[in-house]
Amino acid sequence: MTLHLVLLVAAALFAVGLYGALSQQVVVMVMMGIELMINGVLLAGGALWWFLSPTPDGQTVLLVVLAAMTVEMAMGFAVATVVHRSRKSDMTDSATDLHG
Amino acid sequence: MITAILFWVLTALAVAGGIAVFVVNSMARATYALAVSFVAVGAMIVMLHLDYIGVITILMMLMEMAVMAVFMVMFMGMNPALMPMDMTHNKRRSVILAVLVFVVLAAAIVFIPWPNRTGSPADDLTKSLGDAIMGSKMLVMLTISPVLFATIIAALVLANPKGRYDRYGDALDRRDVDGHPDPDDPIPGGLG
Repeated sequence: MTLHLVLLVAAALFAVGLYGALSQQVVVMVMMGIELMINGVLLAGGALWWFLSPTPDGQTVLLVVLAAMTVEMAMGFAVATVVHRSRKSDMTDSATDLHG
Repeated sequence: MITAILFWVLTALAVAGGIAVFVVNSMARATYALAVSFVAVGAMIVMLHLDYIGVITILMMLMEMAVMAVFMVMFMGMNPALMPMDMTHNKRRSVILAVLVFVVLAAAIVFIPWPNRTGSPADDLTKSLGDAIMGSKMLVMLTISPVLFATIIAALVLANPKGRYDRYGDALDRRDVDGHPDPDDPIPGGLG
């Protein structure tokens, strides 16, 4: 297990998540893609911390990433609820009002 | 040796689980695939000696997947395990962009001359994290706390089925003939 290998795994997770966030129509599936991307960031952060500078302070950055994950999930579900209530649908294509 | 085998097994589970999320044809299976991917990543974080963060990730993600499954059943209005579906758009361009991002990131990872390790880990990493967030890094926690609180309020306001604009329309100071608030409630009463 080296820094390069872990970062490559994290990059793979990020890329897969990006594909999901861009290609999925259902709001919850888009959220799954974003979750995967943040998970990749978390793994990369852990690897950088352990292999480059394993000081106690660095761990707090990972806590911030975890908090971002939580906020994304909560707000995503809330937006999905609003879209479903107003459009009777949970598809991103039904909420393109701001599309230029 | 065992560490290397474990790492590759977890890598396979994490990446294959992540890909499976968008390949399997039902949302329930996608949720389970994502849970597998998250548990594998959590275990990898534990392997990086971040026991606390790794365990928190696993616990949080398992609960999140359970909540996600409930939301899917609620919104899809069907048994998602039995309903094959393909709800995608821009599939080809998304694949190209994702591969491109991976190639760029991989090139950066391989070609960047990473610095040597500086500093040494504390004896008890979980305790050192606790000391950091209760001491020199308390500002981080003080910032995260109001953000999470604001998230709770914002999520509740968004998810609230009958907000004040639903009850009063555009005229929030609408009054009846007696001067009392006159909301458009299906059942009258409450706090007005």
